[in-house]
Amino acid sequence: MESKDFLKSLSNKTGVSGTEEEITKAVKEVFGDYIDESRTDALGNLITLKRGEGKESDKPQIMLAAHIDEIGLMVKEIDEKGFLKFTTVGGIDQRTLVGQEVLVYGKEVVKGIIGAKPPHVQDKKEQKQAIKLKDMYIDLGRNVKEVKGLVEVGDLIVVTREFCDLEGNRVSGKSLDDRAGVTMVLECLKELQRLKHASDVYGVATVQEEVGVRGATTSTYGIVPDIGIAIDVCHGEMPGVSDEETANLGEGPVIFLGPQVHPKLHKKLKRIAQEFDISYQIGTSTSPRGTDAFAIQVTRSGIPTALVSIPLRYMHTSVETLDLNDIKKGGRLLANFISQVDSEFVEGLRCF
Amino acid sequence: MLLAELSEAIGVSGAEYEIRDLIREEIKEHVDEIRTDALGNLIVHKEGDSSLPTLLLAAHMDEIGLMVTKVEKNGLLSFKPIGGIDKRVLVSKKVVVGKDKIPGVIGAKAIHLQRPSERKRPLKIKQLYIDIGAKDDKAAKKVVNIGDTATFATKFSQLGPKTVKGKAFDDRVGCSVLMELLRNDYDFPLYGVFSVQEEVGLRGAGVAAYDINPDLTIVIEGTTASDVPGSKEHVYSTTVGEGPALTMMDMTIIPNRGLMQSIIETAEDTNIGYQFRRSTAAGTDAGRIHLLKEGIPTAVVSVPVRYIHSPASLLNLDDYEATKNLLNEFCKRLSSGGFNFEKDN
Amino acid sequence: MKKIIKRLTETYGPSGHEKNVTELIKNEIESLVDEVKIDKMGNMIAFKSGNSDKKVMLAAHMDEIGLIVTHIDENGFIRFSNVGGVSPYVLLGERVIFGNGVEGVIDKEKLDSIKELKLSKMYIDIGLSNEEEVKEKVQIGDVAIYKREFSDLDKRLVAKSLDNRVGCAILIEAIKGLKEVANDTYFVFTVQEEVGIRGAQTSAFGIAPDFGIAVDVTATGDTPEAKIMAVSLGEGPAIKIKDRSLITHPKVKELMVKVAEREEIPYQFEVLEFGGTDAGSIHLTRGGVPTGVLSIPARYIHTPSEMVDCGDVEYGVKLLSAILQEEIE
Repeated sequence: MESKDFLKSLSNKTGVSGTEEEITKAVKEVFGDYIDESRTDALGNLITLKRGEGKESDKPQIMLAAHIDEIGLMVKEIDEKGFLKFTTVGGIDQRTLVGQEVLVYGKEVVKGIIGAKPPHVQDKKEQKQAIKLKDMYIDLGRNVKEVKGLVEVGDLIVVTREFCDLEGNRVSGKSLDDRAGVTMVLECLKELQRLKHASDVYGVATVQEEVGVRGATTSTYGIVPDIGIAIDVCHGEMPGVSDEETANLGEGPVIFLGPQVHPKLHKKLKRIAQEFDISYQIGTSTSPRGTDAFAIQVTRSGIPTALVSIPLRYMHTSVETLDLNDIKKGGRLLANFISQVDSEFVEGLRCF
Repeated sequence: MLLAELSEAIGVSGAEYEIRDLIREEIKEHVDEIRTDALGNLIVHKEGDSSLPTLLLAAHMDEIGLMVTKVEKNGLLSFKPIGGIDKRVLVSKKVVVGKDKIPGVIGAKAIHLQRPSERKRPLKIKQLYIDIGAKDDKAAKKVVNIGDTATFATKFSQLGPKTVKGKAFDDRVGCSVLMELLRNDYDFPLYGVFSVQEEVGLRGAGVAAYDINPDLTIVIEGTTASDVPGSKEHVYSTTVGEGPALTMMDMTIIPNRGLMQSIIETAEDTNIGYQFRRSTAAGTDAGRIHLLKEGIPTAVVSVPVRYIHSPASLLNLDDYEATKNLLNEFCKRLSSGGFNFEKDN
Repeated sequence: MKKIIKRLTETYGPSGHEKNVTELIKNEIESLVDEVKIDKMGNMIAFKSGNSDKKVMLAAHMDEIGLIVTHIDENGFIRFSNVGGVSPYVLLGERVIFGNGVEGVIDKEKLDSIKELKLSKMYIDIGLSNEEEVKEKVQIGDVAIYKREFSDLDKRLVAKSLDNRVGCAILIEAIKGLKEVANDTYFVFTVQEEVGIRGAQTSAFGIAPDFGIAVDVTATGDTPEAKIMAVSLGEGPAIKIKDRSLITHPKVKELMVKVAEREEIPYQFEVLEFGGTDAGSIHLTRGGVPTGVLSIPARYIHTPSEMVDCGDVEYGVKLLSAILQEEIE
């Protein structure tokens, strides 16, 4: 499957943190052509394995982790008129929600819109302030009896948004964070078909990243890799945001630096990019939090960890935007990195 | 003085290269095994009688600092903090940047150029730059890379007869105590961990202790003393000059009571004055370690330090000696099988 | 069951000092299970073997919130900090009691506005006039709890530390009522939940369960002008969907619902926007453990007068007992 089609199909599917089965299934199907085996663990992480050619004594284990869960909303109460009050799953800017069309995953999938008190009946002071989450509700356009027959407290809600093409290689959609990362893993697996690699490669689609990097915690514990690479998205450049915080769309994957990144892995990734003429960017992160790398690095007795990201604008909204070339280049980078890892390199990662 | 060298060495969280090399050189002769792990923790082992409890002593070698995030066109360096730094202490300080310790200063707009209202507001990190004297970005990039870390260029020195000044006493003072203890020989199996990345979320020590799986752990720290003007006695947390501080509870741990009792008994039997760390705020590596696997009885012993996480902190040398003596006496008693650690929670 | 809840809630047991609660529970259940042990953190683990070798872990925390002594001044006033979530406003005018039975009252420094109230401006007075006298009875590091007796309001119960002694009571009653369990079952009475879900973390690591359920209290939205929450007292135990520490595994939720429907036990779904339970630690143990929470709705949590409904508690025992008859895949 072409990577763009794959990303499109994942983006259009629903998989809020905690209920990612639909995505896991889709990923498993497409990855199937490029891997030797796969399993799902107790939390729902999809763990795929592409075996390396190395001898048992020279067979590093490399884990690529990209999370498949997306942020969403959850029904917390159904009021006496049938309006749904809701809470968030993961970090959502409340200001992006008013007026959105949503799908409520009840007994069946029900369409609705997010409403709030109209500006006409708000006083001047109210109008100047952002509408708060607690003042929003979902209107299903049905009476309370119908609503209660379809929806329960705890049901999930997502903002409706079809993936779309923009100019050039750029695309927009929801939950490209981090299904673009999963797509990069696919690109890497494709590339590995024609490269020799000694290492076993675990492509892991992790769950529950958005609520506290939970899937990476347990999947890494189960795999115990020699090297862990988290693949996620980072902020793309745009007006009003300092370029210290961002990377440019289309200029290649971002190889991160920071406490959660092993210095030798960073160096090697950079060297591979240079050697294979893959454009790349450098990102800095002074706190280890925020991606699966946070969990991977401190699993058991410590895992050398790297972080590779795809620049993406408008993170955690339904119109996340990125450049497909960055995904392709990232896949090539990872594959060539993997093909050059041997047990000597892995051993060196414990020598400081 | 060992503490002087440790204090002046650089080692910001995630980039502990210089401090690690220094410690390794100093202690390698005194231990049976020395290694680093995947995160860069320095782990040492002294063999002992396996019928006695295995003790882990841990001190973190990383310090708070800055990371260069951008080289501006005019050669100034933008940065972000690593670990908890009060941004108000940064302006007009000397720093060193990167492995080659390039000297620099943190500058800001002169007071003449500021409106009176501006002068009252603390400067934001974004308004501050490291100036290494480079005339433009090209010159700067010859000696500095994005991702390089910077620390305060504070010299260690003695202030009064008993007081010393330096940077990073949190937790180089713990490293120093641990290194001195490792020179002694005890009968029980002893592990020492000089951990990384404590200041960015207690990340190193837990990883190092995971495989060691000790019977007991004592974390040696430099902790806040707020016995200063403007704070009332009941919020001092610790008092400089009153001896080692034992943590009664913080955000990350309620120390094992049996182990705490043993340390207190040791102090009382050997007439070493001690105090409790009387604040329940903040945390240490002990928070991670005591929850590893099925749980590891753990306690925290600290040297009180004024002005931690700032360019210049102070400590009292008697507190330092008393902390070292207390832990040495504890280890001697552990050697002779002098404790009976029954869980009494 | 009211009797055991009364005894449990009137026992001293703040985080780190759970020993009295441990002993009380041990005496109740020791003869009814195959093994009881206490681990290094102080968790008490009661084991009952089942017909399958799958391991089920149930967790109810024994600890309660409290106040820890940080300073004793020359006039004998005791300064303190919190153990777990304690509101300064709830403390005003409270009486507290230490582990050795010493009682005290709480008041505050003079404040310009009540908004300035925080724990560091409050103190405990135990009725002694200087530091020396106080230090004979109370040391820095000692922990006090609310002094408050249990009240039986017939259909509802009021007491301190129903969070989570009511969970402990449910586990005890389940043990008493059960002849057999389908799986190897570990009833874990955990420590240090209120200070960061700590006991459950180490006990779950030791047990390495295939399935976990925490039993704890949850907040309600059924009081005047309450924060919106679709849980009410008296409408049955709640099956947790989400809180800050956990998103319940869909299979666990399905199982709990299936059993409740079959046994005709009323239940409600719970979406809690804050807080966490032992399940937060259990589900991330080792390679991951499918875990859920059986919640007992409670009003006024972390005050000296927490309130639960007797029907919710009894249905809680029934639901838990029925779940323990299910074979885990």
